[in-house]
Amino acid sequence: MAGSILVRASSDGTATTVQALIHHPMDSGFVKDATGKLIPAHYIQVVEFAHSGSVVLTAFWGGAVSKDPFTKFSFKGGKSGDDLSISWVDNLGNKDSTTAKIS
Amino acid sequence: MQNTKTTVRIKSGPALTRRITLSGAAAATLAALLAPGFKAAHADTAAPMADASAYPAKAFAQKSKDEAIAALFNMTATASDQITFDAPDIAENGAVVPVSISTTLPGVTAIAVLALGNPFTLAAAYQLPDGTNAAISSRIKLAKTTDVVALVQAGGKLYSVTKNVKVTLGGCGG
Repeated sequence: MAGSILVRASSDGTATTVQALIHHPMDSGFVKDATGKLIPAHYIQVVEFAHSGSVVLTAFWGGAVSKDPFTKFSFKGGKSGDDLSISWVDNLGNKDSTTAKIS
Repeated sequence: MQNTKTTVRIKSGPALTRRITLSGAAAATLAALLAPGFKAAHADTAAPMADASAYPAKAFAQKSKDEAIAALFNMTATASDQITFDAPDIAENGAVVPVSISTTLPGVTAIAVLALGNPFTLAAAYQLPDGTNAAISSRIKLAKTTDVVALVQAGGKLYSVTKNVKVTLGGCGG
């Protein structure tokens, strides 16, 4: 189910900029649905970004991160063709991961 | 004659077998050639997977700023003018408020965002290993008009900058 993660990673020779969008409801547990019932909390807790096997960013998220969360950051190094992997796990234990090539 | 016989045999039944064997061998060679790549890809996805056990659940369950900071960093923050905190003055939609945090402080190891008006103040926390630039953009939800605090841990100390964001439509549906 690698379909939840959209990632664009581009290298300018010295640094790699990563933009990632993950499809996820990110329900905080405080929102009520149309019938007034609370929608149970369902949000991503940990996201790991790794370049060629070593972690470049670890994100811890609460329910206050927006639906379909977007993250942008950059790290030194990384060249065109390198692997960039992203994996997440949510509070219900669901997981997904993907590996993209840096362009 | 024997050669001819062999040719005939290859053209008939056994030829198929031989072709299959050859393609099988070719596939094996191809797999052997690709194997290092597969291994690398596998190692990449296997080694640094998101690990729920590392999640600072206690920090995310705190309702006050100080308790959330204490639970997450076990220290107090001092205000700093070396943090650039981009967030809108007025957020029309509290469900999607873009925030960008960057700093010129050296030795940054962590960045976090707190929304003081939310039920739980801590919105997001990031761990930055060596080599990752101290600049992160994200999108958070704000329940109402509130102070939003950006935290930066650098060189073993904690720095913060606060910005008030007006929300015209709350992001927590309430």
